[in-house]
This record gives sequence, structure tokens and C-alpha cells, in this order.
Amino acid sequence: MKKLWKGNEAIAEAAVAAGCRYFFGYPITPQNEIPEYLSWRLFEVGGAFIQAESELSAINMVYGAASAGARAMTSSSSPGISLKQEGISYIAAAELPCVIVNMMRSGPGLGGIQASQGDYFQATKGGGHGDYHCIVYAPSTVQEFVDIIYNAFDVADEYRNPVMIIGDGMLGQMMEPAEIPPMKDTSKMFEKYHKDEWATCGHSDGKPRIINSLRIEPDENEEFTLRLYKKYEEIAKKETKVEEYRMDDAEIVFVAYGSVARICKAAIVELREQGIKAGLIRPITLYPYPTATIEKAAKSDKVKKFVTVEMSMGQMVEDVRLAVNGKKPVEFYGRCGGNVMMPADLVKYIKEGK
Amino acid sequence: MKIIADKPKMLTETPTHYCPGCTHGIVHRLIAEVLEELGKTEGAIGIAPVGCAVYAYRYFNCDMIEAAHGRAPAISSAVRRVVNPDNIIFCYQGDGDCASIGMAETVHAAMRGENITVIFINNGIYGMTGGQMAPTTMPGVKATTCIYGRDPKVYGNPVHLSEMLATLTGPAYIERVACYDVPHVKKAKAALKKAFTVQMEKKGLSFIEVLASCPTNFHMTPIEAMEFVKTQAEPFYPLGVFKDITKEEN
Repeated sequence: MKKLWKGNEAIAEAAVAAGCRYFFGYPITPQNEIPEYLSWRLFEVGGAFIQAESELSAINMVYGAASAGARAMTSSSSPGISLKQEGISYIAAAELPCVIVNMMRSGPGLGGIQASQGDYFQATKGGGHGDYHCIVYAPSTVQEFVDIIYNAFDVADEYRNPVMIIGDGMLGQMMEPAEIPPMKDTSKMFEKYHKDEWATCGHSDGKPRIINSLRIEPDENEEFTLRLYKKYEEIAKKETKVEEYRMDDAEIVFVAYGSVARICKAAIVELREQGIKAGLIRPITLYPYPTATIEKAAKSDKVKKFVTVEMSMGQMVEDVRLAVNGKKPVEFYGRCGGNVMMPADLVKYIKEGK
Repeated sequence: MKIIADKPKMLTETPTHYCPGCTHGIVHRLIAEVLEELGKTEGAIGIAPVGCAVYAYRYFNCDMIEAAHGRAPAISSAVRRVVNPDNIIFCYQGDGDCASIGMAETVHAAMRGENITVIFINNGIYGMTGGQMAPTTMPGVKATTCIYGRDPKVYGNPVHLSEMLATLTGPAYIERVACYDVPHVKKAKAALKKAFTVQMEKKGLSFIEVLASCPTNFHMTPIEAMEFVKTQAEPFYPLGVFKDITKEEN
């Protein structure tokens, strides 16, 4: 049944339904409703919550819970996600499954608390040190956020890789009708984890399990990294997700994700009423990136140009340019600092070029 | 022939990488002996630090997690909530790990009264990175980042971590020991046994600080390094029990 949910609370309940039993976090606006909700909810379902002393500690608690074979998550907003980067790199390198939510606010520095998409580079290009990637989702509605996080723990488990879901202050704070899927059966889930080959949950079979990211011999570390990248290739093949909106006859192609994609859709409706054939490619996974979909559109005779729209100074636009590879012009329209473009701004930009 | 003393099975067959005269090997063995004597090797989980003991996960014969620098108490706090409450969890950390980069994690795990045991190896110097000043380097002692000796006016003061943590409500047991001669090794073993017993009784965080030697980075022979702990470190960092809630309960 659909209910009216605040974004952050819907996400928290969906994580519980997905079998998440451990949350570790530190307060930061605009994601506070996630830890607030889970601080009481997890104890109802036999899990645990710690308000950590810092973001560093919170992400390392996730590392610990995941090491012991539990479904664990953390959430934060941009400055807090920066602090977590050390731990995320270690989690990726120790091949631990977990979910990290970033309700992006504006940066750089302390920035502001309004919605932003300034963390695209950080989320998709590593963020922490070394060669690694998170699987990155960018939902654009509260319902999609719910559905993605419901599935995200399974994806993290399957690949033993951290999953990051990036929203923004708007998605976290807005209220929308959403349906939380049924509670997953966790009894077998945890049984499986505790008998698992790798989890350091205190085995007594005389075969110590080790969770580690130290590979001090160059050959060993290179071999590991190559294996990690094989995994990313498989993830790209199986997990890439993208929505194409009114692309059949589109001449102008917006590329946008998250909240901004919704603004583009409204602009497309308005532009089409005025006789301009606009469409949208909306990456749902930012890593792996739906390069093939953009490549295909770039080869289409109908498409005249791409316009990447972001709440940043232009970050995803680089991936769009790589995919388009010079075949068509790629323009950029952005707002930053916590400001949001209106559909009318995009209509004006398309019609007047500014 | 009858075997009357043997290497604990809690230690793996892997030879350690520790320098001759280093105290890490002694403390590893004591932990292993104590856990065997308490019958708590099964299901034990150790958290290794970054520093000289980074390879601790190769030496203990139980599930081991290698932590980022200083984060072992945070990791173990989460593990504590996931696994069976009867499983022993121990963090093994050096002074840079426990008292500098991980000070917040140490203090907050202690504040929460986590039912874990932290073994804090205080040798007053950064070993693995090559002899830089530690948060516990004593005034006047030379290190590669205070080459004329630690002047507190320039480099700040060292920390007495056991005394500091003893001011908190959360910890159950705090003791500082040394390992420079046989009587002290025996006392250190008794302290570790007490610490793990406190954890078995689920009384809260137990913390054992071990004054340790570092012959390599202090440019000493193993014997000189032990003498240094006895004559220099111990007077500055007095041995003893700083907190014991089991006594208060009696």
C-alpha cells in the first residue's frame, strides 16, 4: 500500500525491509531522519544502531559489521561522505558488502545544506585512494530510492562490493507516496552469512578467516587489483541501468540524473508542446555508467545535440563527452551552490541558448 | 620424552617479522596462552592495527580483521553487536594507532563501555615507519621528527592514556604493565587474564597498556632496550591498576 513518506524515512524503512540490521552514522543535514528513524527501528527487529563519534568511526563500524557477516549501512551528506572515504577504500579493498547513502548538499567545504550534485566525481571516480569503485545508484524519486535500496544489499552481497546511493537534499526531505516492499526473510540470510566462507564472525573450525586489505608485495597487489577490475567488468555487463524518456524521435537529448532528471522531464513536456523534440537519457547507475546508451544516441541521425544538466559546475558532463566522443555537440547547463534550475530555465536555454 | 612446555596452538606456525628484542612477540604469546587457559580460543576475533603489529592477523590462530590505522575499537564495537556475546574480541594496537590517529575511537569505545579488550603496546616511538615521534615519546627522547629530543614546548606533551581513560565511566578494567624481565612478564600475563575475564563476565571495556621496547628505532641492543623501559619509561609511565570496577563492586 502506498503511503505518504518523507524521503529519508522511506529509505530507512526500505533498508530494514531489505534485511539491513546495523546502522552506524553521525548527524549531518539533510539526512538526519535516516539515523533518527533507524536509531529506534533497528532495535525492534533485533539489530543495532550506534551514533558514532565521527564519520571515520561510523564507516569503520560498517567495515566491522560487514566483516562479521551482517547487512550494514551508513548514511551521510557531502562533507561527511568526504570523511568516510578512507573507510570506503578499505571496504572496497577488503571486498566487503555494505550500502552507503549520500544525500548530497552543496560544497565545497562546509558549503550549504541545500540540494546539490557536486559529489559525482567523488562517488564515481573513486573518492578514496587507490584503484577501486563503488557501485553507484542515483534514484530520482522516493519510490525509486526505496526500490533501489531494497535491492542494493543483494547487489553488494553478490559482488562483495560497497554500493553507494546518491540522492540530494530534495529527495531526502520531500514527501511523496511510496510503497515499502515486504520484509525480506533474514533468518536464512544470517545463517548463510555465519557459515560463510569469509566472514570473521568467530569461527571455531580451526580455519581462521582474515579480512584484510594489506597486500604489500607488488605482484600480489596487482593481481588483486586486476581481479577487482574483472569484477567491475562483470558489474558493468549485468548491473548498468538507464531510463530513456521520449527518445524515439528526440533531436535534443538531455542527460541528467536524480532530482534534476525530473526537472528535465517537465521541460521536455513544455518543449514538445512548443514543437521542439526533446528527450532524456537518465543514468540510474552512475557507476557503471550507461555509456552504450549515450553512444547509440550519438550515432542516431535524428539527434542534433546533447545537453547535460546538473546541480554542479559540470561533472557528469565529462562522462557524456567521453561517450559521445565528438560525434555531436555536448553542452552543459548547471546551477550550483544549492540552487535548483526550473523547467522554464531549461526551456529558455534550449530556445535562446542561455 | 615428556613435553612440559609448548608453543600455544592459538599462535600460527608463521615466523614473526618482529625485530630481536621487540616486545610484540612476548605479548602475542601471552595473549595466546591466556586465551587457551581461559578456554576462549574458539570463536575469538582479533583486530590488528596499522603499525609494526599489522601482520598480527598472520600470527593469531583465530578470525582476524586488519583495521585501518587507529580504527580497531570502532570496528570491534560493530563486531561486538553482530557476533555471539560470548566470543572474545580483542584489539591489538600500538601507540600511534591507539593514542594518536585513533584516539577518538579509543576514547569513545571506552566511553560506551564496549565489552572488548584493548591491548595497547606503548613503546614510545613509531616503529614501522622508522622512528618518528609517538604521542607517548617522553620529553628529551630523540626521534626522527624531533632529532634534538622531544621538547614539550615545541612538540607538545606525551599522553598517559591509561590514566586518562580511567577518568571515564565506561571502562571496567585498566592496567599498565611492562615486559622487561620475567617477573614483569608474569604480571603482564596476569593482567591480560584479568582483562579477558572481565570481558567474559561482560563488565565492559578492559584496557591493558604494555610498556614495550623498540631496540631498532632507539638504536639499542635488545638488553639496552629492556633497560630503557625499566629505567626511563617505567618511572614516567608508572605501572599499576588504574581502574577496576570488579573491586568497586566488592
